[in-house]
Amino acid sequence: MSVLKLLGQRIALGIFSLFAVSVIVFLAVGMLPGDIAEAMLGQSATPETVAALRTQLGMDQMPLQRFISWFGQLLQGDLGVSLANQRPIADLISTRLGNTLLLAAFAAIVSVPIALTLGILTALYRNSWFDRVMNTMALSSVSFPEFFVAYLLILLFSIKLDWLPSMSNISPDSSISEILVSSILPVITLSLVVIAQMMRMTRAALINLLASPYIEMARLKGIRPARIIFHHALPNALAPIVNVVALNLAYLVVGVVVVEVVFVYPGLGQLLVDSVAKRDIPVVQVCCLIFAMTYISLNTLADVLAIASNPRLMHPRG
Amino acid sequence: MDNKNKNSNPTIFQGGTDRRDFLKLSAMAGMIGAVCAMGLPLNSWAAQPTPKAGGVLKLGLAGSSTSDSLDPGSWSDTFTFVGFSAVYNTLAEIDVTGEVIPELAESWEASPDARIWTFKLRPGVTFHNGKTLTTEDVVASIQHHLGENSTSAAKTLLAAVVDVRTQGSDAVVFELQSGNADFPYIVADYHLAIMPSEDGVANWRAGIGTGGYQIKQFEPGVRLVLDRNKNYWKPGRAHFDSALLLGISDGAARVNALMTGQVDVINKVDLKTVDLLKRNPRLVIEETKGSQHYTFPMICSSDEFKNNHVRMAMKYGIDREAILKSILRGYGSVGNDHPLQPNHRFINKDLEQRQYDPDKARFHLRQAGMESFKVDLHASDAAYSGAVDSSVLFKEHARKANIDLNVIREPADGFFSNVWMKRPLTTSFFYSSLTADRMFSLGYANKAAWNETYWNNPRFNELLLQARGELNDDLRREMYNEMQVLCRDDGGAIIPVFANSVAARSTRVTHGGVTAPYGELDGLRIIERWWQA
Repeated sequence: MSVLKLLGQRIALGIFSLFAVSVIVFLAVGMLPGDIAEAMLGQSATPETVAALRTQLGMDQMPLQRFISWFGQLLQGDLGVSLANQRPIADLISTRLGNTLLLAAFAAIVSVPIALTLGILTALYRNSWFDRVMNTMALSSVSFPEFFVAYLLILLFSIKLDWLPSMSNISPDSSISEILVSSILPVITLSLVVIAQMMRMTRAALINLLASPYIEMARLKGIRPARIIFHHALPNALAPIVNVVALNLAYLVVGVVVVEVVFVYPGLGQLLVDSVAKRDIPVVQVCCLIFAMTYISLNTLADVLAIASNPRLMHPRG
Repeated sequence: MDNKNKNSNPTIFQGGTDRRDFLKLSAMAGMIGAVCAMGLPLNSWAAQPTPKAGGVLKLGLAGSSTSDSLDPGSWSDTFTFVGFSAVYNTLAEIDVTGEVIPELAESWEASPDARIWTFKLRPGVTFHNGKTLTTEDVVASIQHHLGENSTSAAKTLLAAVVDVRTQGSDAVVFELQSGNADFPYIVADYHLAIMPSEDGVANWRAGIGTGGYQIKQFEPGVRLVLDRNKNYWKPGRAHFDSALLLGISDGAARVNALMTGQVDVINKVDLKTVDLLKRNPRLVIEETKGSQHYTFPMICSSDEFKNNHVRMAMKYGIDREAILKSILRGYGSVGNDHPLQPNHRFINKDLEQRQYDPDKARFHLRQAGMESFKVDLHASDAAYSGAVDSSVLFKEHARKANIDLNVIREPADGFFSNVWMKRPLTTSFFYSSLTADRMFSLGYANKAAWNETYWNNPRFNELLLQARGELNDDLRREMYNEMQVLCRDDGGAIIPVFANSVAARSTRVTHGGVTAPYGELDGLRIIERWWQA
């Protein structure tokens, strides 16, 4: 019951947040100096061409009017067209969103199991050499900037060893094996960034629990360590772990523009950056809405899982 | 370090080699027509070594954006320039010597005052969809850039065109406000791509041209895939079966892609790593000399710079050699405060090169009644990569001349709409222009849209108009010589250096030995001019 109620609340709040996001994005892009006409024409702009382009793009209308007509279209499921090149935004987004989700999914499939396993192992063998080496490695990999890690990987695997391509030249006609091969380096880079936080959160949550009296009791009863971890400790540590995993998954979708640039990966991040530079508000709006939806839905999912994993929240008294 | 610099080909151009006189060209237009009637002018088009057909050309290019469009009026950077130059033709073409030669027009002639230009269309040319090229297509394609509602980047270029109309079934007539002896060079501009027309309106959305390659797939900011046009009308061109253009904005990623063989050619090689690339025997560095010049525009109508002595002090207060060496690593040549590149056919050979001279700078300051001078320099790498560094160097040079430059770093985003031509002293650049008239008209004429210094020199403006309509090359040369002196000694632009554009190719692909002197990647025509080794 409470899960359904929470879901209902979250969806309602989520829709409100999305609306708020679109208003904020619209205002923020409006506050940037220059508009699409000036940005598009760049150094070659003349007052006449800027004025003509503004009229053509409907930029001479009041901002409120533009926002309302954009929002009206959106409610009818029409994402509109890009102001910069007159292509339907749905077309611009679809392949790139697919690429971004694919990369995020690959990275999640690799990084989440590794992070959880390492987290559990380091918690079990805390303060051992294994624990210290793992922690140091995780912390150093997250401390290096992504592009640096990416360049190191390219230098080693593409240039010196010539095993993997240095750029992910994937197109809609690429086969799944081509996509897999060209995603390996970006996936490793992203994994190195996100593993540390998930691993350390898992470790911390477990260590916290392993010190509690009921675990002590389980140990005294002679239960095997693996069973203690999986049956007694982990279910109670799930809430914080799920939360940090959700945050990192969201990061894999929305925060990877640097990796996209270095590996020439045609994802959503590059589209957003280009569109902001060109003040192409409709595209920026749609990208931001997608990113906001990612955050909202992953956080909701994390909360639902946290409740589902906790009987006290699942079956509240009264 | 010193050794490296020796390798890096520091200077410079020899004096301008004389190209075929333009006068002769105009006068011979009829004769060229006759030659063309007998057959295509093979000397200009066919490359000397026998090109090999087939293969795929893979280009990794800086200068792509997700907002790239098929609309020729919107083309603004290398990716669209190079890609669509293979898809479309223009009326005239610039060959590898920098000469204008016929393309879709097979000949042209001018009225004696160079005001009316008649272009005779090449017969039997078809578009990728099989439609035959007509004069209506040409008129519609030109009109696409004209008129009040045009947002085209070529609008300024065609500002003097009063009327463009068909004449009979095989000729197009341009009527200009005043004579322009360089007009064939103007119609060779890549923006003026010839598209098919529907009801008198050019259809740019179709992506159909008459060029050597047709568009198979275009994803803005990511890739353009081109297939060879089997019915291409131009002999001795378009050797690759297909071409793949990839937008790679990151400089290191471009170099990586070339080193690992994922692409055959890259542009805008990072000058910091070019010496490393040179050591690789499978790579060749390709330079287009002087393809752009960097400027520090001083706004002549501002309080700071309205006195020419202050401008002269600034011009003497910069060490051009140092900027050439440290910012361009020798890949360029020093500038002389006028915008004609050293290999230009109208370069003033008698004009002395301006040197760094703090004493002279201080002298000019005193003439302006000042012991020292302080001014803000608004710098951004939006102008060119290294603009902020150049500004800081300039600051150090100028200090010895009692000039205190306060370098303010501006965001690249919106620099050209918010800072450039608004602040008294900024950083900027121009692509060098094929014709002296175009360069002066765009950036130096009074009230020109991109007269970035708001310079207004009556003598210069008068000479500009005279030279434009002058068909006698010797008289023109005299006028251009004087105009260069005026720019140098009175103008508002400090032009420290001309930069070469540096590209790199794998030895898997090759070309005819000489590449075009204007425009990067063989005058933007790499796709139809190069072939596999």
